[in-house]
Amino acid sequence: MQHRSALDKVRHLGSTHSGAEHWWSERLTAIALVPLSLWFVYSAIGLTGADLAEFKAWIGLYGNPVLLILFIFCMFHHGHLGVQVVIEDYVHNEQVKFLAIISTKFVAVLFGTASAFAVLQLTFRI
Amino acid sequence: MASENRPLSPHLQVYRPQITSILSIIHRLTGVTLAAGALLFACWILAATYGEDAFAFAQRMLGSWFGQLVLLGFTFALFYHLGNGIRHLAWDAGWGFEMDKLRVSGWIVVLFSLLMTCVTFIAAYTAAGGT
Ligand code: HEM
Repeated sequence: MQHRSALDKVRHLGSTHSGAEHWWSERLTAIALVPLSLWFVYSAIGLTGADLAEFKAWIGLYGNPVLLILFIFCMFHHGHLGVQVVIEDYVHNEQVKFLAIISTKFVAVLFGTASAFAVLQLTFRI
Repeated sequence: MASENRPLSPHLQVYRPQITSILSIIHRLTGVTLAAGALLFACWILAATYGEDAFAFAQRMLGSWFGQLVLLGFTFALFYHLGNGIRHLAWDAGWGFEMDKLRVSGWIVVLFSLLMTCVTFIAAYTAAGGT
């Protein structure tokens, strides 16, 4: 018995048309997020109730701005790829699906860029 | 083959809940929750660029009982999703896809996420000086 569908039957039926790259990016960012998110939770515990001066002092510590920006990049990249899969699974109307995926990407890039820029601003402005 | 009315996953109505399927849908729920949490994270760090008062306000909101409840949810979501995400990566590498291993690793993830959520909150209360 043949367990795989014939190639000519499945061609053009994919929902993203770029599955492998999407899948791989989702895994790579997931791997990176294991240490990054643990580091962030550990740091956030220390920032409980901190005021702005304490927060800036923490951001200014050696290595923290780079780790924060990596965390931001991986979190928004991984998150938006993940939400895209969820949309593809549940939204069946092609137009709505297209708009929802585009909006997800725009929101992720906007909030991700704004967050990363905020880190730079808090690092370099006294 | 018509590409218009193809069935799309998943068909929850016809699926009997099992430990494996419940853990799977929680992975999805926590993933979407964390994506929302990423937006909250952005607001928090942006508040710091607006100055002392804005950041103090953000910190006060997060420290309120409602803010703490939200953070409790995000903390659990993160640890669950992280633990189960490692489970996913193991499957991708070809490990642990047998039924008995699936059940054991699933329960380990549940215990891990509950435990780490407690540890995080105890540590945060300690860091805040018991307030
Ligand atoms: C920190 C912020 C994170 C966010 C915002 C996030 C978000 C998401 C979302 C929305 C999904 C899609 C869920 C689905 O398709 O059912 C997803 C899937 C996934 N996440 Fe995360 N995630 C985060 C952290 C992590 C971490 C730390 C790991 C660690 C291993 C991880 C591993 C995975 C994996 C393997 C998948 C694919 C699951 C599948 O194939 O169905 N994620 N994530």
